[in-house]
Amino acid sequence: MKENNIEELERQFQEKIDNDIKIEPRDWMPDAYRDTLIRQISQHAHSEIVGMLPEGNWITRAPNLRRKAVLLAKVQDEAGHGLYLYSAAETLGADREETIDDLHSGKAKYSSIFNYPTLSWADMGAIGWLVDGAAIMNQVPLCRCSYGPYARAMVRVCKEESFHQRQGFEIMTTLANGTPEQKAMAQDALNRFWWPALMMFGPNDAESKHTEQSMRWKIKRQTNDELRQQFVDITVPQAEMIGLTIPDADLKFNTETGHYEFGEINWDEFWQVVKGNGPCNKDRVDARRKAKENGMWVREAAAAYAEKRANRNKEKRA
Amino acid sequence: MNKNLFEYLLRLGDDSLIIGHRLSEWCGHGPILEEDIAMTNMALDFIGQATTIFEYAAKVENTGRDADALAFLRYEREYRNVLLVEQPNEDFAVTMVRQFLFDAFRKPLYEALQNSSDTQIAAIAEKSLKETKYHLKHSSEWVIRLGDGTEESHEKAQYAVDTLWRYTDELFFENEVDAALQAENVIPSLIPIREEWQKTVTDVLTEATLSIPQNGWKQQGGRTGLHSEHLGYILAELQYMQRAYPGMKW
Repeated sequence: MKENNIEELERQFQEKIDNDIKIEPRDWMPDAYRDTLIRQISQHAHSEIVGMLPEGNWITRAPNLRRKAVLLAKVQDEAGHGLYLYSAAETLGADREETIDDLHSGKAKYSSIFNYPTLSWADMGAIGWLVDGAAIMNQVPLCRCSYGPYARAMVRVCKEESFHQRQGFEIMTTLANGTPEQKAMAQDALNRFWWPALMMFGPNDAESKHTEQSMRWKIKRQTNDELRQQFVDITVPQAEMIGLTIPDADLKFNTETGHYEFGEINWDEFWQVVKGNGPCNKDRVDARRKAKENGMWVREAAAAYAEKRANRNKEKRA
Repeated sequence: MNKNLFEYLLRLGDDSLIIGHRLSEWCGHGPILEEDIAMTNMALDFIGQATTIFEYAAKVENTGRDADALAFLRYEREYRNVLLVEQPNEDFAVTMVRQFLFDAFRKPLYEALQNSSDTQIAAIAEKSLKETKYHLKHSSEWVIRLGDGTEESHEKAQYAVDTLWRYTDELFFENEVDAALQAENVIPSLIPIREEWQKTVTDVLTEATLSIPQNGWKQQGGRTGLHSEHLGYILAELQYMQRAYPGMKW
């Protein structure tokens, strides 16, 4: 009897999904759906927070006042995205602090792109243009994700990401039209970030263990390879427009398919970075762990003060 | 050019620029995510204020230097910020107490500058005051929470007050530049501003159960370009791009 009930609930759940009715926090959902979303949303939140570090690395060295203000605003937006995403994960019953501890212990992942160092000012351009550009490709379909709070968070996030992408491209354009040193700086940033940006879409579809189920649940609406292809098709002409060269000898436009064909991604590098062996994995996680440890006494003070105040108010009322 | 006005604008602009720089160092490392956002937001306000002030200073100077040249291309001895704002962040208590001591000065200053006979300064003050009121509320609340929180936070907050107190007298530095501008009603006397600062600081520190250091050892020099060792390192980062790639557009 009980089994029948679950089957019936699952049938109704899938029917809602098939009819594009959003799943809300209080609705019944299969455990695996909940777990998949918690994993995906918290990974996304961690990516926003860890993603503050490579760009934060250039705030104090930004080349002029306008760029400094824009970069500060951008990194602040990322912190804001992290905040709504942790809240979205909380609607599924995930505790924010526990989720963050999973990041620090290495149990939870975040986007591997942030394990690459930012070595020049041009990297601020490359990150905005390529990394935020790739993030938009991934996130626009998430605005239609079956889980209501995640979909709604993504609407707002995507608006800001598209501004970030444009400012990144504008930095690259300025450098590409600048002095030979500036152009070389831009090309070097593109060389270093191009392949890691393509890796942001995840393994090839044949290797992606979560894709099929996530597509059925409409958590994911397009496959990794489809999104990666869209990104390449949009980005290559942008690089050409500003006179930069994509670092891929195999890149060519196929006039029959209307798509760019591109070289093989170094999957060994991809898995190495995912496993924690990228150039900055340790630094990034250490920085976050330190922020939490160094902030412990501040959080304790805030809690202690709040309690004292509540008690004083109670005494006053009594 | 009005040399006194230019000098005064550098004081205002440099205070904002340098405290904004210090706050921006926290970005990505704050003790709580909400606080990371708040400190980055304040940094952004200060960089915005510095930009507006330097734009006006560049106009007053009228030699072709722009706001960026003023922010990024002066030598250390030409910066006019108070020593307080260049002191290192150390920990969250030092950062918030520094912020509070500064905000408690900036609020009455901007209130008074709204009545400046110089309409540009009055406009800058009016716009900046809105942000400053929020900053002061935020930093006061934290000083109270830390002071009256746990034993550990109380100790750290008291250490911060004791360490930074020696730099507070300089907030009220005045010389012939002030006298000349006061005569034209461009800027106010700092005497009533000091009284208000004293009252705010006494009220907040008392509520925070922190003791107020007895006036004694005073440090100054920033207003005349004689800084602590810390400013050089700030400028090494701040000016890096402009110095390494001279004359380029970004």
